[in-house]
Amino acid sequence: MARLTGPVQRSMGTSPSRTAQQAYVHLRRNWLAAGGGVLVVIVFAAALLAPWISPHDPAQIDVKSILLGPSIQHPFGTDELGRDVLSRMIWGSRVSLEVGFVAIGIATFIGILIGAAAGYYGGAVDSVLMRFVDIMLSLPTIFLVLVVIAILEPSIINIMIVIGLTSWMEPARLVRAEFISLKEREFVTAARALGAADGRIIFRHILPNGLSPILVSATMGVGGAILVESALSFLGLGVQPPTPSWGSLLSSGKDNIEIAWWLSVFPGLAILVTVLGYNVLGEGIRDALDPRQRER
Amino acid sequence: MLLYSIKRLFLMVPILLGITLLSFTIMHMAPGGPAEAQMEFSAKASAEARERLRKLYGADQPLHKQYFTWLTKFMTLDFGEAFADGKKVKDKILERLPITLTINLLSLSVVLAIAIPIGILSATHQYSLLDRLTTLFVFVGYSMPHFWLALLLIYLLGVQWGIVPISGIQSLDLTGLSAWGRLMDKANHLILPVLVSAVGGLAGFSRYMRNNMLEVMRQDYIRTARAKGLSENAVVYKHALRNALMPVITILGLAVPGVIGGSAIMEQVFGIPGMGQLMFQAVFSRDYNVAMGILVPAALLTMLGNFLADIGYAFADPRVRLR
Repeated sequence: MARLTGPVQRSMGTSPSRTAQQAYVHLRRNWLAAGGGVLVVIVFAAALLAPWISPHDPAQIDVKSILLGPSIQHPFGTDELGRDVLSRMIWGSRVSLEVGFVAIGIATFIGILIGAAAGYYGGAVDSVLMRFVDIMLSLPTIFLVLVVIAILEPSIINIMIVIGLTSWMEPARLVRAEFISLKEREFVTAARALGAADGRIIFRHILPNGLSPILVSATMGVGGAILVESALSFLGLGVQPPTPSWGSLLSSGKDNIEIAWWLSVFPGLAILVTVLGYNVLGEGIRDALDPRQRER
Repeated sequence: MLLYSIKRLFLMVPILLGITLLSFTIMHMAPGGPAEAQMEFSAKASAEARERLRKLYGADQPLHKQYFTWLTKFMTLDFGEAFADGKKVKDKILERLPITLTINLLSLSVVLAIAIPIGILSATHQYSLLDRLTTLFVFVGYSMPHFWLALLLIYLLGVQWGIVPISGIQSLDLTGLSAWGRLMDKANHLILPVLVSAVGGLAGFSRYMRNNMLEVMRQDYIRTARAKGLSENAVVYKHALRNALMPVITILGLAVPGVIGGSAIMEQVFGIPGMGQLMFQAVFSRDYNVAMGILVPAALLTMLGNFLADIGYAFADPRVRLR
């Protein structure tokens, strides 16, 4: 094959480093995504540095300062047991992030397995697996979550499992779509001609090429999982006291809504900001990775 | 297309069976049964009484037998009785359905009435200030826990300003109110739930509408329409809008489970005695018949919604070939 030089080669230049570079440039240009990234990093830092930056002990009960409004000593006020809300929020960020990441890890893992099997093998395997996805999608998530929580008893670990088990359907569909389009490509035929086993083709050849939509959905999924966790804890089914989580803080906010607005406002704001960060970052990654700029 | 419809309808049968089997099994996997849940507060209940109750509910039978008993009854549209009070599940649901339906239909109308114009405007004025603001709103609306918004509005509108009631669906004392007064009382109670339910949908729908419009505006027939000298209004509202509205039909069908899930939380926050609350209670008291009686029809509705959307889509757009 003749070597191409000049503009032709440039226009065909799709070496991974170049696309990665373009993607990075685009990502940086996209102020929305950058903003999202900043939010994500801030919350991450708060969670990591919790023991050093939280002004008070999150579990310190102080009967003399029950339900105090925001002040210099307690910037976000105190709760019904006199605990410092800001400190509880900082420690709560650990719980929320842990839940978000582990749950989406589980969901993505299941989604990849099911989606890859369905897309790669097609036929009956595909039909059965996709009907299972249809079944899962027809049931309200909250029901599945409620029932599984009833079985497993609420705890941080179980919340992660539950959210993971109820949110793998979208990744599975994405992975399947990627596999269906990628499995016909030459590099797969080549791998097969070289005698590669199915497992190797699926995980070493096709999957790495179809990772970008999964990455986007996982990024946004973390935000979604944090929302589900907060809703569960709000209903008293999630993280159990005395462990602070944003949702459980809101739950006590509801009980005191008529006398202590700060209990409701600040933890909710923390959730909003964090989830917003992940959603915006996810959108930004999609824009950056997908040159066609298509949104779905 | 007729063939396709028939095939799809037949395919719904195994899926529906799968749904019933899956939800039945996981519900029964939860520890404790209706007998235990009911006797939780009466420690004095003897083991014998407990056993009698289990027998009464058929809980002493093996699981697959219980499932088939339930399924055969369900096929004749008999949802059984609620364990909690012995009332027919169907009656219980019909009693709760109107309020949940009212709230959701009202909020859906609000959503469509606002989201469609917003979607059109932000697509025709892409990257304008309006587009940026709505994009921001969309992201915030998506990223916010809606029960939190409910809390804030309860505090602001209910507690601080006292202009709307903060929970329930009607005032405790309705005596002395005219029919009109009662209606207004009800409307007042519905404002917050409808508003809050609308926010999530509003964000999703307006984004969806915007993307559809952008997609359509890039099509050749829009260029043709412009090329033959049509006014921009005619191009946007006649040619583009019709095509952009179609996909909206499809996501209406998919929205059903979300609506039920959303109602569960919303009704809990606002203390509304609707379907969501009923399901919530049913799952916790292991009232299998009630929970299944809500879930399975909901799942069926979702599937029918999807099906009708696909069919409707094919009718509206002759280019779509269904196989």
